[in-house]
Amino acid sequence: MELDVRNAKVYAYTGGKSFDPALPCVVFVHGAEGDHSVWGLQSRYLAHHGRAVLALDLPGHGRSAGQPLASIEAIADWIVEVLGAAHVPRAQIVGHSSGALVALEVAARHPGRVDRIALLGAAFPMRVSTELLEATRTDEPRALQMINIWSHGAYAHYPSSPGPGFWVHGANLRLMERQKRGVLPVDFAACNDYRGGLAAAAKVRCPTLFLIARRDLMTPGRTAQDLVKAIAGARVVEIDGSGHAMMAEKPDEVLDALRDFLSSAMPT
Amino acid sequence: MAAPKPPHLDTLSLHAGQQPDPTTGARAVPIFQSTSFVFRDTDHAAALFNMERAGHVYSRISNPTNAVLEERIAALEGGVGSIALASGQAALHLAIATLMGAGSHIVASRALYGGSHNLLAYTLPRFGVETTFVAPRDLRAWGDAIRPNTKLLFGETLGNPGLDVLDVPAVAAIAHGHNLPLLVDATFTTPYLMRPFDLGADLIYHSATKFLCGHGTAVAGVLVDGGTFDWEASGRFPELTEPYAGFHGMDFQEESTVGAFLLRARREGLRDFGACMSPTTAWIVLQGIETLPLRMARHVENTRKIVEFLGTQSAVASVSYPELPGHPDHELAKRLLPRGCGAVFSFELKGGRAAGRRFIEALRLFSHLANVGDAKSLVIHPATTTHFRMDDAALAAAGIGPGTIRLSIGLEAAEDLIEDLAGGLRASQKA
Ligand SMILES: Cc1ncc(COP(=O)(O)O)c(C=O)c1O
Repeated sequence: MELDVRNAKVYAYTGGKSFDPALPCVVFVHGAEGDHSVWGLQSRYLAHHGRAVLALDLPGHGRSAGQPLASIEAIADWIVEVLGAAHVPRAQIVGHSSGALVALEVAARHPGRVDRIALLGAAFPMRVSTELLEATRTDEPRALQMINIWSHGAYAHYPSSPGPGFWVHGANLRLMERQKRGVLPVDFAACNDYRGGLAAAAKVRCPTLFLIARRDLMTPGRTAQDLVKAIAGARVVEIDGSGHAMMAEKPDEVLDALRDFLSSAMPT
Repeated sequence: MAAPKPPHLDTLSLHAGQQPDPTTGARAVPIFQSTSFVFRDTDHAAALFNMERAGHVYSRISNPTNAVLEERIAALEGGVGSIALASGQAALHLAIATLMGAGSHIVASRALYGGSHNLLAYTLPRFGVETTFVAPRDLRAWGDAIRPNTKLLFGETLGNPGLDVLDVPAVAAIAHGHNLPLLVDATFTTPYLMRPFDLGADLIYHSATKFLCGHGTAVAGVLVDGGTFDWEASGRFPELTEPYAGFHGMDFQEESTVGAFLLRARREGLRDFGACMSPTTAWIVLQGIETLPLRMARHVENTRKIVEFLGTQSAVASVSYPELPGHPDHELAKRLLPRGCGAVFSFELKGGRAAGRRFIEALRLFSHLANVGDAKSLVIHPATTTHFRMDDAALAAAGIGPGTIRLSIGLEAAEDLIEDLAGGLRASQKA
């Protein structure tokens, strides 16, 4: 589906179903150098199980027009405008990596628009190593290679996304390479420069899920602990055998955790 | 954290696509000789059928042993995934059938395996798909042959019968200039000698029957997607970029930014044409791939020694191998194939058809048969076998002489192979 936000085209994958704003809405926010397709299986499943799904391409990514937004806060404010354009009053927001920080910020800044947040591969601070940050600016192929190696926990998984016969490492690398030149340094600088994590976490009142992959080298589990502690009642699910790219490496485990969390009774 | 390095080809040949079996601990890849796989419950079943969850349903569509092979080949080629098929021919057919239907057109190199030429020149026109053949070295001809209904450019990395080296970067640039993908048959090179995606190709297939399997024990094929081609931007592939009524109205490009081609090929082509690989075959090919880097190094080492030997023999009129300075693609081969030009090549024997017959019949180690890429050395004399119906003029048009001998060099001791060839050469010249 295409939406118009700030006079620019925004693309959202709706999970293979037409979008019905009357249904409970789940918004998926990809991380640095990604697009909607990182959520392929999870978003398609939920769309076929009673949810209105918006798996977004952030500005400048995938099929969405414009330039990448330079800060986590700016992306959070943009998400709320997307909700408006889609006529969605409130949504559940699922984010991965820098997208998890975006989900956190939306919940803190716009509590009236958010029912729950699920944070996959979150970290605060989301510090990027000096070598990688430098490579994002000066040697993009090398930077993508580093990210790709750090993002995967094993040479094979069953099942993996999008299905049998796909080499998850190769698909992830190619997806990053598909993003326009110049997107990568903006995305990584936004992670590295984000300062508001603890303040935002302190403001979060909605049910919150952390999904932590046990072999994550990009955002190791311990780097999420300050956020977990700062959000009262946050739920934590750990995923065995997976690296940072958990939606591809462990699609069933990620989906099951999301489904259980998103459909559990609302606390009163 | 120290910056990591990607794993080498040798390591991927052994590990990519597999972990020890989680239920039994089996270290080797198990052969999952099962047609079908149980669903956890009805919701799981529905989700598998609608591509909301990943997994195996029925072995015509996917199988756990085949998936290891598919992921391993994709890793070796640097692609996003692959599909294992019943033969190399099935892989070529699946590539074409996924990208086009009646009314479409292909531009292909003239230097092709005979079976590929048959499919393109005689069989596909019956289904409305036409091919224009061009001399692979004539870069102008590739571009000139492209029509508004062209869907694909296609060539072999090392082409039959004269080992024409395909200038993959140049032909890929021509293809991309017209928003078209380039498919290459990389059977003779394998990922050990060339990684065509790194050079600009978009799709690759192998007759895995040859060097990937490596032991002459299975007929097999594999089709690999580099995930680089933008089907949406091209505008020529509604099969991939518009809803498909045959699979839940799926728009494959929307579903997977880099996997659209393979999703369609599996969900339509494997499902409907059914040219799937047996899991036992997948296992046999995997056994071969575990030693691919070792074998290819030895294949090339032996080939170089034999090419050098033949060049010194008075019974030999000429030897065609791109590493020789006289080969028309010598410079290109140095650039694209620095590790070697494979282990299949031809030479011209003095004395025509009769000499060829005497040569073949005197050999003891070389096996006279119609295959290449075995661990054992192979030989064929086209003028008395595959092309025996042709007169000398027709042979010449196919690039074959009456005394042309094709060798596929195996892994034996080079000294023994040279001794066998020396005996054959002596016999060939005794009228
Ligand atoms: C270069 C090449 N491509 C394709 C094929 C066809 O492969 P298969 O026999 O596995 O169908 C062959 C078989 O000889 C070949 O040599």
